[in-house]
This record gives sequence, structure tokens and C-alpha cells, in this order.
Amino acid sequence: MKLVWQPAAVIAIEPRTPTVKSFFFGLPRPLSFAPGQHMDVRLTAPDGYEAQRSYSIASAPDGTDRMELAIELLQDGEVSPFFFNTVAVGDEIELRGPIGGHFTWSVDDGGPILLVGGGSGVVPLACMLRHRWARRSAVPVALVYSARTAADLIFGDELRMLNARRDGFHFLPTLTRQANPVPGHRVGRIVAALLSDALAVLNSTPKLVFVCGANAFVETVADALIGLGIEATRIRTERYGG
Amino acid sequence: MATRGFSGRGRATGAEQPGRLPPGQFLTADFPVLSAGPTPHIAREDWRFTLQVGPRQIKSWSWGDFIRLPITKTMPDIHCVTKWSKFDTSWEGVSIQDLLADAALEPSTEFTLAHSYDGYSTNVPVQDLLSGRGMIAIAYDGKPIAAEHGGPARLLVPHLYFWKSAKWVKALQFTERDEAGFWELRGYHMYGDPWQEQRYSGD
Repeated sequence: MKLVWQPAAVIAIEPRTPTVKSFFFGLPRPLSFAPGQHMDVRLTAPDGYEAQRSYSIASAPDGTDRMELAIELLQDGEVSPFFFNTVAVGDEIELRGPIGGHFTWSVDDGGPILLVGGGSGVVPLACMLRHRWARRSAVPVALVYSARTAADLIFGDELRMLNARRDGFHFLPTLTRQANPVPGHRVGRIVAALLSDALAVLNSTPKLVFVCGANAFVETVADALIGLGIEATRIRTERYGG
Repeated sequence: MATRGFSGRGRATGAEQPGRLPPGQFLTADFPVLSAGPTPHIAREDWRFTLQVGPRQIKSWSWGDFIRLPITKTMPDIHCVTKWSKFDTSWEGVSIQDLLADAALEPSTEFTLAHSYDGYSTNVPVQDLLSGRGMIAIAYDGKPIAAEHGGPARLLVPHLYFWKSAKWVKALQFTERDEAGFWELRGYHMYGDPWQEQRYSGD
């Protein structure tokens, strides 16, 4: 099946953190996808020059024609600054997808599931959690999420609200550059002790572990998980950056 | 469709060499890492590389045997399906034709599957591995290949999207049919020519 480029209108833009904005698109028709998949975005200049990037889908597959992509501003980037500085509600942007068939999870896959996100790496994981909530699933899931400060937690309020429902989801945020302590949030980078705590709240060995973030973050976390006895075949990774 | 307000101002890098950057790609000086799972750490003393025809093993090399094969140097541009390209990457390794010569094997099928230590696999037509187009690389930039970039050894088929250049490669298997590998089973293109922009199945 061919994935075709389709223009989608920007219907809303919402700042999430100082460096992340959500762009809500109205799709020509509802798109079926698995949580964790991404979309390709294409920008075209009047002379035909193109720039393409991939962005994780943040919204759950809910059967509507609305889709949220959360985009992080990369200062020396080409596409993300365009989204931040130029794209406005009403613009049409070409999208195609969904793409990726490995870093995906749906409630039908079962659990327990451990999610580990660094920075904007939380986006595909948030999609999985939104899907889990939309389906009122009780599959045990723990999310370990590392961000610089409390203000840099993407979907922070939403994740805290999901955590408060006590439906088998456990949120374990940690902040690496936070000046003042924030209740319920740990301090410092993700280390084996924090991953060990996350495994403990799940009660049994996770069926799958999803790790997403910058490459150095993913390498560190995946090695620590293997050190804690998690089989490599259960660990799925998505990496960005150099 | 032109995108409102998009001029492509940031295109300077790579665009000064027209025809060198495939469509939809951007140039990077970094060497990003993309892997579907944790990085396996394989000691050279445990490493082996095997040539197979179907289920039949033709020849297997230890690291010590492998590095005594003729070493070829190459400096290709590489193109990742996630849109980055990198120019003039420096590799050393054993060309597939030298490997076949050492095993006294004439290709008997048109297709191969490369297999990796982490369970990854990818398909490459035999023609795309011969005439110096494919190698088992053992050094990058004059040094052993780092584990996160596929060391001790990775397949290198630089004229195809880089997921075809399987990291942590342990076997090359000749197959009767063109059998899909890991990403090809998950929606990616069976061949993966960057110049035809064959990213996904159906492109």
C-alpha cells in the first residue's frame, strides 16, 4: 500500500513547554495507526526544494480526523524553526503516514509495560498512555520520564492526572536541572535505582520496555535495563539526534 | 504543493553540490544512531561471520581469519531513511566479492538476507553487493567500528538507504526468493534506493 502525501490544515497550535509546541491537524479522513508510530512532514519551497522530517504522533488513535504532532524546536534546525516561527492556524502542511511498525504498543498487546522517555522522547509514550486511558485499560504501565525542569515536562499536568486515577498507571518523573524540589518528582538523571523502582511498582517483569530519547540517553537506559536483568529482546528503542 | 512561507533558507549545506543530496534528505556532520533495540556488545573473540546458501553453511570465519582477507577502503556518501545524509564517510572492510572468492562460492541465487547478532535482518539483491558495491566493514574513520555504529562488523551497501547496511552482522544468506527483513516486514521498501526515494513499501 502506497503512503501518499496529503495536505492537512493546521487547526490549532498549543505551546507545551518553552521549546515544544503541539500542532493539531485536520486530516482529510481519519487515520488508523498504532500508538508509537510517526508521520512524515514535507515542506516545499516555491522552486521545488523540499525538506522532510518525521514526528511522533501524540494524539491517541481515536477514529477522529484530528491529529496532534508535538514538535521540539531545534535551534540549528531547518524544519522545527519554520513550524515555530511561521506556521499559523489555517496553513496546509503535507503529511504522510503512519510509519514504523516496531516501536508500537496497543492495549491488546498486554503488559506489564515499562516506558522510559527523555525530553521530547516522551511523545510516542504519551500516545500509548492516552490510548490506554481512552480504552479504560487496566494493563499495568510505568512511565519513567526525565526532563530538565518541571516546566520542560511535556504533557506534565496530563500525566499527573492519569497517575492520580490509580488505575495501574504509575508516573515516575525526574528532573535533571530543577533548582527547587518539586513534590512527587525526583532529582537527577535516570539511573538504575529509579528503573529498579519502576520495575518494582509493576510487580512482575515487563512484557515490553519502550525507551525513547536522544541516543546517549537511550544507550544508558538500555544498558542499565540489561544490567537489571531485562532481556534485550523485550527492549524496543527509538533514538534521535547524534 | 508549495508550503506557505517556506523558502528553504537553511538549505545551504549540501545544496552547493547539486545532485549529491538525494530528494528529501539533509546533510549532517554528525553520525546519528538508529537501532530498534539495545546495542549488543560482541567481543571480537566471540565474533564469527558465516556465508550460507539457504540453510546450508558454506564457510565461517573467526575475527582473526576475517581480518586476513583482502581489505578494501571506500569513501561513500551515506543516506538514512530518517532523512539525514553524510558525505565522504571512510570505511575499510572485506568486499563481498573477495569474501565469495575466499569461500570459492559462485552466487547461485539472485537475493540475500543479511543477519545480525541482535536478530535484525535485511534483504539485498546479490547484484547490489558485487562489483565493489557491498562490503563487510570492520573499520570506520580509521578506527574499529564503535558498538553503537554496528561494530565489530557491519554490512555496508552505501548506495541503498542505510538500514540495508546491517549493524552487528553475523551472516549473509543467499535466498531463492527476495525475502523481507526486519524493517521490510514493517512497512519499509524492499529495495530502498535513495535516488528513487524508495522509503516505504509502495514508494
